[in-house]
Amino acid sequence: MSDVIIFKIDGVEVSAKPGQTIMNAADEAGIYIPRLCDVEGLEPQGSCRVCTVKVNGRTAAACTQPAAPGMVVENDTLEIRNCRRDIVRMLFHEGNHLCPCCEASGRCELQALGYRLGILQPDKYPYLQPVRPVDASHPDIMLDTNRCIRCGRCIRASRHLDHKNVFGYIGRGIYKQVGVNGKNLAQTDVHVDDHAVAPGICPVGCIIQKRRGFYDPVGQRKFDVNPIGTEIEKHLKDAGGKK
Amino acid sequence: MKSDQDLLITRSCSKYGNDPGRVIDILWEIQKSLGCVSYEAMEKIAATINTSRVQIEGIVSFYSFFSETPKGKIIIRLCDDIVDRHAGVEQIAVVFSEELGIGIGQTSPDREFSLEYTPCIGMSDQAPAALVNDVVVTSLTPDSARETARRLKANPDTSKLVAAKGDGNNGHRLINTMVKNNIRLKGEVILADGIQAEAGLKKALSKTPLEVIQEVVESGLRGRGGAGFSTGEKWRLAQKALASKRFVICNADEGEPGTFKDRVLLTERADLIFEGMAIAAYAIGSDSGILYLRAEYAYLRPFLEAVLEERRKSGLLGSAICGKKDFSFDIRIQLGAGAYICGEESALISSCEGLRGEPKNRPPFPVEKGYLSKPTAVNNVETFCCAARIMDRGSSWFAGIGTKASHGTKLLSVSGDCAKPGVYEVPYGVEVAALLEMAGAEDTAIVQVGGASGDMIGRRSFNRKICFSDLATGGAITLFNSSRNVLAIVDYYLEFFAHESCGYCTPCRVGTVFLRERIQKVMHGFADKADLEYLQELGKTIMITSRCGLGSSAPKCVLHSIAQFPLVYSSHLKESLDGLQPGFNIQKALEESRRIAKRKSMIYDPVFGNEGE
Ligand SMILES: Cc1cc2nc3c(=O)[nH]c(=O)nc-3n(C[C@H](O)[C@H](O)[C@H](O)COP(=O)(O)O)c2cc1C
Ligand code: FES
Repeated sequence: MSDVIIFKIDGVEVSAKPGQTIMNAADEAGIYIPRLCDVEGLEPQGSCRVCTVKVNGRTAAACTQPAAPGMVVENDTLEIRNCRRDIVRMLFHEGNHLCPCCEASGRCELQALGYRLGILQPDKYPYLQPVRPVDASHPDIMLDTNRCIRCGRCIRASRHLDHKNVFGYIGRGIYKQVGVNGKNLAQTDVHVDDHAVAPGICPVGCIIQKRRGFYDPVGQRKFDVNPIGTEIEKHLKDAGGKK
Repeated sequence: MKSDQDLLITRSCSKYGNDPGRVIDILWEIQKSLGCVSYEAMEKIAATINTSRVQIEGIVSFYSFFSETPKGKIIIRLCDDIVDRHAGVEQIAVVFSEELGIGIGQTSPDREFSLEYTPCIGMSDQAPAALVNDVVVTSLTPDSARETARRLKANPDTSKLVAAKGDGNNGHRLINTMVKNNIRLKGEVILADGIQAEAGLKKALSKTPLEVIQEVVESGLRGRGGAGFSTGEKWRLAQKALASKRFVICNADEGEPGTFKDRVLLTERADLIFEGMAIAAYAIGSDSGILYLRAEYAYLRPFLEAVLEERRKSGLLGSAICGKKDFSFDIRIQLGAGAYICGEESALISSCEGLRGEPKNRPPFPVEKGYLSKPTAVNNVETFCCAARIMDRGSSWFAGIGTKASHGTKLLSVSGDCAKPGVYEVPYGVEVAALLEMAGAEDTAIVQVGGASGDMIGRRSFNRKICFSDLATGGAITLFNSSRNVLAIVDYYLEFFAHESCGYCTPCRVGTVFLRERIQKVMHGFADKADLEYLQELGKTIMITSRCGLGSSAPKCVLHSIAQFPLVYSSHLKESLDGLQPGFNIQKALEESRRIAKRKSMIYDPVFGNEGE
C-alpha cells in the first residue's frame, strides 16, 4: 500500500519507504549516484550538487529529494555525467589538489570521483590557488583548508555525533570556508577520537591525522581496491539484482 | 573598558531574551555601538546566548554590514550599481577618497570614517547615491560629494546632511530624507489617489478565511517578487498545512539591482502593506508576521515602527482586530544586514531565524515548514498591496486589468539612460517600446528586464511585453543607450552574483567566479570562439545544478547577451591565426606561472587581482 513507493531510475524500477530520499532508495537498489557532501550517518545537506539527477525532467539533488511514487529519475545519462564532471572539476580548481603529494591520495573521494567520471587531468577551468595558512597547531590533527571542498561533513559530525561545535562555516560566496571554534584547532575542544576528525568524514585531505601519513601502500589504498561506488554496486550483485 | 563591552553585550543579548534566533538584532546593536564584532565580542555573545563562537563568526562573516575589524564611526557606502557606474560613481569615490584621505575599503586611522562600495541600495532612479550610516544621499556630483565629506568632517551628525527633503512621506519627521519618490505613473491598483483605508481588511473580516483565499485565487493574483507563484494557492497551502502556529512574512529585501518600487511602497503605502499582511494572516490563520526590511532601507524603520504602533492603537493590529474576537495578529520588523540572497524566501527565513542567510532545502516548502519550521506565507511588498485592493474591489475588478493571463498592474522601477527614471504602475501587457517612450529614453540599445537575474534584450525585441508569459519580472527595467558596453554590463552583473552567492552550493559559488573570469578575457580581447562555447556550457551547468534561484539565474546575462549581441562578442574575439590552440592565451598562461612563483592568487589575493587588470 502507501508504505512502498515505486519509481524508476534510468528505467529500472526501485522501491523506497516514505521519507527516504532518491539517494537512499538508489543505494538500497545497488544503483550508485555519485556524491561528496552526503555520507552515511549524517543528515544530507545538498550542497556539493554532485548527486544531481533529473526528476521528471527537472534537476534535483538526489540526496535531499524525497522519493515519490511514479517518479522518473535520470541518473547515468550523458547530460548528467557532464554536469557532474563540471562540478567535480570546479572543486578541483577551487582548491589546491596536488594528488601525488597529498596524504589522502587513494582514499580521497574527490580524486576517486574524478577517476570514475573520466577526468584524468582537471584543466578545464582556471585554478584559484588559495593560500590559506595550514593549521598545524593541534598535537594530533592538521587542517589544510586549501584542500577543503566545503562539504560540511566535519561540521555536521562535530555537531550531531560529537555534540560539540568544533567546526563551522564562515564567510560567503567563494570565501566561504570551514572555520574552527577557537583561534586555531589547538584551542578548540577537538579530540583525535572525535567522529568529526575520523578518517572517512573528511572526503579529501583537509583534515589529516598527524603521525599516520601514507599508511596504505599504493595499490592497497581504499579506492585502489574498490573504486568509488563499487561498494554500492557490489551490493546489487551480491543480492542477485534484488530491489 | 573590557567590562564595559561585556556589559553592553549582556544587555543587548537580554534585550532579545538571549534568544539565538534574534542574533542578527543583537549583532546590529553591537556593531553600531562598538564599530565591529570582534573575536572577543563573539565569544561573549556565544557564551551569553549559549551557542558557539564559530557559529557567531559564521553569521558576522556572512552579512556585509557586519564586520570583524573596527569600522569608522561614519561608514560611507557608495552604491556600486551599474547605473551608478554609468552616472559617475567612480568620480564620487575619488572625491570622497581625497577628502577623507582613505581609499575604498579603508578606515581612517582616527576611526572616524570608513569608505566602501556596496551593491545597489535601491536608489537607481537618483544615482549616484550613497549611504552615510543610515542616511541616504542621492544624485551626487563631485561638488556635492565634496560638500558632504567636508560637512561630515566638521560635524559628524549625519542627519544634518539632509538639506532638501524629498516629496511625500520622505519629508515625514520620522523618515526625513532627501530621497524622492519619482512616481511617474499612477495605476489603478496601488498608486491611485484616494484609496480607501482598511476597506479591504474590513471586507475580508466579514468573510470566512476560505472565502478570502478563494477571492484571491479567482483574482489571478501572482507574486510580484519575481517568481510569480499564485498568491491564493500559496495561502491555501499554508492554511491547509497542519500546525499550531503559522507566519506571514513580507519580503522587503528588494535587493535586485535596479529595483526600488518597494522603497516607494514602504514610504507611501505602508498601511496598505500591513493591511494586506493582516488579510493574509486572517486567511491562513496566523497571529504573527514579520516585515523583513533590507538594511539599506533602515532609514524607513522608525517610520514603519510608528505606523505599526498607530495600527495597534487603532485596533488594526493586536488582539481582536477590527472587533473580530478571535483574530489577533501582530508584526515585527526584522532588519537585514546586507545580503542579496536574503531576498530568496527560504534564505530570508533563515535570516529571520538568526542564521546565515542560506536557502533551505526544498521540499519541504515554506508553506509547509517555514519560519521556525511552521507554515509560512512569504510574499512581496507589492503582492500584499494587491491583495488588500482585491479584497476591497473584488476579484473580477482586478482580473479586468491587464491581459487575459496576467491580471492587474505591475510596478516597474525604471532607471538608467532615460529622462524620466522612476516608478511606473502599468497594466500587464505593456510593450517595452511603449515604456521607453514613457520614460523618455532615446537611443536605447539594451533593456535589462528584471535586474541582474532578469532578461537582457536588444532592439529586435522591444516589441516584447511585460507579462507572465513573456517578460515576467519583479519590475526592474534598466535602460542602456548605444554608448554603453554590453560586456561591461555583463561583467558587472557577474561580479554582483559572485559577491552575493551564499557559497552553499558548488556550481554557484565557483561557477560564477569562472564565468566572470572568462567574460573578462573576452573584454580584454584575449578570447576566441572556443571561449564562447565554454561560457555557454558552463552557464548551462550552473543554471541546472544550482540549489536556488541565484545560481540558476546568474548565467542568464551571459547567455542572453551572447544571443542578443553576437556581433559585440565576435568583434572582441581574437582569430586563432597565431597557431596557438583555440582558447590559449599566452598572457594568461604566463600570468599563471608568475602567480605560482609568487604564491599569489587571482581570486584570493586582492592586490594581485588589481595588478592583473
Ligand atoms: C536570489 C533571489 C533573490 C530574491 N529577492 C527577492 C526580493 O528582494 N524581494 C522579493 O519580493 N522576492 C525576491 N525573490 C523571490 C522570493 O524568493 C519569493 O519568490 C517571493 O518573495 C515570493 O513572494 P511573491 O510570491 O509575492 O512574489 C528572490 C528570489 C531569489 C532566488
Ligand atoms: S551529495 Fe547531494 S548535494 Fe552533495
